[in-house]
Amino acid sequence: MTQPQRKRSVLAADWRKDFPVLQQSVDGQPLVYLDTAASAQQPATVIETVARYHREDHANVHRGIHTLSHRATDAYEGARDKIREFINAANRTEIVLTSGTTESINLVAQSFCRPRIGPGDKILITHLEHHSNIVPWQLVSEQTGADLVVAPIDDRGQLELESLYALMTNDVFMLAIGHVSNALGTINPVKDIVARARRQGIPVLIDGAQGVPHMRIDVQNLDCDFYAFSGHKMFGPTGTGVLYGRESLLEEMPPYQGGGDMILEVSFDGTIYNDLPYKFEAGTPNISGVIGLGAAIDYLQSIGMQNIADYERELHDYMVSQLGEVDGIRFIGTATDKASVQSFLLDDIHSHDLGTILDHQGVAIRTGHHCAMPVMTRFGISGTSRASLALYNNSDDVDRLIDALFKAKQVFK
Amino acid sequence: MTLHSAETDDLRDLYRELILDHARSPRHFGRLDSATHTAQGINPLCGDKLSLYLRVDDERRISASSFEGSGCAISVASASLLTDTITGLSVDKAEAVFDAVTKRLTQGGAGNLTPIEEDLESPFSKLAALDGVREFPSRVKCATLAWHALHSALSYGTTPATTE
Ligand SMILES: Cc1ncc(COP(=O)(O)O)c(C=O)c1O
Repeated sequence: MTQPQRKRSVLAADWRKDFPVLQQSVDGQPLVYLDTAASAQQPATVIETVARYHREDHANVHRGIHTLSHRATDAYEGARDKIREFINAANRTEIVLTSGTTESINLVAQSFCRPRIGPGDKILITHLEHHSNIVPWQLVSEQTGADLVVAPIDDRGQLELESLYALMTNDVFMLAIGHVSNALGTINPVKDIVARARRQGIPVLIDGAQGVPHMRIDVQNLDCDFYAFSGHKMFGPTGTGVLYGRESLLEEMPPYQGGGDMILEVSFDGTIYNDLPYKFEAGTPNISGVIGLGAAIDYLQSIGMQNIADYERELHDYMVSQLGEVDGIRFIGTATDKASVQSFLLDDIHSHDLGTILDHQGVAIRTGHHCAMPVMTRFGISGTSRASLALYNNSDDVDRLIDALFKAKQVFK
Repeated sequence: MTLHSAETDDLRDLYRELILDHARSPRHFGRLDSATHTAQGINPLCGDKLSLYLRVDDERRISASSFEGSGCAISVASASLLTDTITGLSVDKAEAVFDAVTKRLTQGGAGNLTPIEEDLESPFSKLAALDGVREFPSRVKCATLAWHALHSALSYGTTPATTE
């Protein structure tokens, strides 16, 4: 067993120091966090923005006449404006704030699809999807009698585009597709796919949970109808998320949940719903979380999404080349176009055992099925180990990963 | 590279030779067609699944047992040790061993180990090989998975068990 040669010039960026949680040791070793695809760490500016809000400004939004309520509302709505600009939506009415990607997708399934589909209609998804872009469609299919159709992937974990296009028949009501696979890192050519779907008159939802953190998103350029993402994958707080929706479609959709804030007038004879986007935001929202998400966007923009993408690419290439030299490594997911995520197997060591051994050396990776069981089934495995990189990782982290894998090989030799 | 840090000692304690041996060559692996009792163990954390088969005879004795499925080294070794241990025991005795093993593994702290048997003589002594999981709270469920399946097979005949 010989270990791969290390990179002589260390690949590192200053951004790591912005993340307080990374300044600690686990099991006596400096923490190496390679699980950003599950949830990203938060920079100090996000943590402090949320804390300052709680210390100085907290009140309910949209309903008070007093100073704090104004401040809270301004900050909350200010975050919505930042989100709009960040993804280049045409209008702030198109930015619906949710608890996460999962809620955003369920909202579309229940409010956009459910009233309009029935037996004979199809919803098209792909084999690459995260469970949260599968199960909401299964539910609405069961509720309406529509069929769920799944487009295949190849052995490298890429969509078989010709098959996908062939499945875009006239009876397809909706296409729901991930931008970037969380399990394999595959980046789908969503712009081309959306263009093709639109020619067929098929509305498209993009699950962007893993897209937004890695690249500049422009929903007008993508021309998609819905784009869903989560705050916690992009260095913001948990329990926040966004549904971008094309205004003309959101207008026609009935509310998803009833409650306060989503109404203009309530009487027992009937209720007049609020305007967009509030029609879809029932109840007191995650005010501090959304304000924190706004701070996360400020942080990302201060660095620049292109700089992040360039850095991640270089680091990812290094990780893949180092991993590739470890005896007994098998990569799962080798798409040509990939985000900074690599799934792998090592010898016949179960990923759960590998996860424990790595954790014991301060290296945090994700193991198991990554909420994408159909992807695992496609490759005939029950799970993988997955290392995912972000702007706060560096080549030392990769070297520590490799060292830890060698320890695992020793334990299991 | 040498393995000598305290962390690695914990790892060595988790992955003892006996555990690795049972994980690599599980005993009583496969389906038991003459089973009278079966149960599935499902670990929702990793999605691992194993099926346990028991043949209980008229004297309420477990005359044969086996398991199949896939899992991590800990869960497979534990299932293998289980089948090794309980074959030949009375149902009541097997339930007592289930109690003792789950108590022993879920009680944190190295101090007060619940003995598996009064004297840790064979055939029970080798179950102590599972003790390493006590330092790894996230892995206790892997070690107890097969045991919960045993308990539910004996209690209900045929039902899935989870570690929850
Ligand atoms: C591709 C993808 N879609 C959807 C989700 C669900 O996101 P959330 O749990 O934040 O709603 C995730 C998160 O793991 C994901 O990676």
